Amino acid sequence: MSVPAAAVGRRPRGDKIRGRAFYVLLLVSVSVGFVLLGTLLVDVLQKGIGYLDPILFTEPASANPDRAGARPAILGTIYMMLILLVVVVPLGVGTAIYLEEYANRERWYNRLLELNIQNLAAVPSIVYGILGLAFLVRGLGLGRVLLAGALILTLLVLPTVIVASREAIRAVPDSIRQGAYALGATQWQVVARQVLPAAVPGIATGSILALARAIGETAPLLLVGALTYVAVDPTLLGSFTALPVQIYQWIARPQDEFRLLAAAGIIVLLAILLTMNAFAIWLRNRYQKRW
Amino acid sequence: MPDMESAPPAAVRIAGVDDKALAERQEAGPTRRDVLFDVAGLTASYSDVPALRDVSLEIYKNYITAFIGPSGCGKSTFIRCFNRMNDLIPTAKVEGTILYHGLDLYGPEVDSVEVRKRIGMVFQKPNPFPKSIYDNVAFGPRVLGWKEGLDERVEQALRQAALWNEVKNRLKASAYSLSGGQQQRLCIARCLAVEPDVILMDEPASALDPISTTSIEDLMHGLKRDYTIVIVTHNMQQAARVADMTAFFSVEVDEESDRRTGILVEYDETPTIFTNPGDKRTEDYVTGRFG
Repeated sequence: MSVPAAAVGRRPRGDKIRGRAFYVLLLVSVSVGFVLLGTLLVDVLQKGIGYLDPILFTEPASANPDRAGARPAILGTIYMMLILLVVVVPLGVGTAIYLEEYANRERWYNRLLELNIQNLAAVPSIVYGILGLAFLVRGLGLGRVLLAGALILTLLVLPTVIVASREAIRAVPDSIRQGAYALGATQWQVVARQVLPAAVPGIATGSILALARAIGETAPLLLVGALTYVAVDPTLLGSFTALPVQIYQWIARPQDEFRLLAAAGIIVLLAILLTMNAFAIWLRNRYQKRW
Repeated sequence: MPDMESAPPAAVRIAGVDDKALAERQEAGPTRRDVLFDVAGLTASYSDVPALRDVSLEIYKNYITAFIGPSGCGKSTFIRCFNRMNDLIPTAKVEGTILYHGLDLYGPEVDSVEVRKRIGMVFQKPNPFPKSIYDNVAFGPRVLGWKEGLDERVEQALRQAALWNEVKNRLKASAYSLSGGQQQRLCIARCLAVEPDVILMDEPASALDPISTTSIEDLMHGLKRDYTIVIVTHNMQQAARVADMTAFFSVEVDEESDRRTGILVEYDETPTIFTNPGDKRTEDYVTGRFG
């Protein structure tokens, strides 16, 4: 037990320097991302703030930048998000419940299913766009309509929602399932009354983050025929456009005014995104479970 | 075991349990023996490796029956055979018969969910649901569709579990706000609310402090009048304090394959097991020479 007093509190100088250097390295890594994001925000705000007026929200696109708005694009994005939410959550959560609670891993088809879903999450979004064009627009004959755009975004984020929901379901401790079974609950009752309610915060957070990814997607929408000029409010089976597509089109124009308009559009898009992420964080903190 | 006659009785005494108390409790125990469970030739395996082999014993109505033995002797596996919890593990297999009121629990016409309604279970680690105290107790009645008089039923179950006075003013509070001992009594109340016939307890006090342990043991004595209790414990003093009958399980190691299988060594009235065991292995275990 006897430790010489001098041995305590001594540390080679090299150790301290290395520790310090590592800390600085971490700070540099953090600041790269932070500075980039900050620059982007400041730049976009500076350029776009002048065009961030009621016209942006009330008027359709126009050849005159002073009268051009993004109303059909903003509405198109909102409609697509609503359809996406209604379709993707039941499909994603249903698949996740099957895989976590019902599927027998010993069976080859369940393992194949899992492998497939993991791979789908990594497929580039343009590929989904091609699928949408071939299958939804042409194959099913939907045409270049809002519904096709919403459905292709659904397919795009479905794997993400499945993975997030599975994580949330897996995080529910088995002791809770056992406790419920021991009281004479059926599997359906255990899932519906214990597992799902306990997993809801995680599922909601994951779904919102997936939605936030879908909202910024441009490539697949261009392929399924989001138009760059739409003058009327979108309908389910009518031609449509979306905010990122509108921004893309404005930036491609030669006039400087349209670039400023695009910056204003980006501000709107970022505001929607940040609101959704903030809501997800709030949900997670609000319902955080301690088992 | 003929040697037992000549062995000095002092050698088999265990700390904390005196012979007089054991004898008194033997007097106070139920006088009539009604067979509730008749286990014959029960072998339980996981992935075709037996965890417990060829167990036969009878469990009597309104008795407290304890299963003791070293780790890996299959006592937890055994208790889970009584409410078919092992069915939830896909690789588990149970052979032999368990007659419950003369009905084979593993018979083709028996539904495991129905079995668990009649035979409740309390687990090693308190596992309250992530819900309010009230909803924890009400969960069982609700899944069984008992909607009438739910408040009274919850109150009665909490009273029976000696928890009512501590929680009556905060029934809507989270079950996680309770202490470990209270949580375990809540789990017992939850189990009582569905009016089972039998309560299985798998090391119910092993995660609790001595005071909470005492309260659980007192509770068991009170519940014995209305219920049949089966308890797994690794605490010999606990078995000696609460049980009418005790079964000692041990591990048999196969020299060639190094497989460890649980076997039932001896089953008798608790005082006999602790003061005058018929088997050398039981004596070694209860006197602390093994395990």
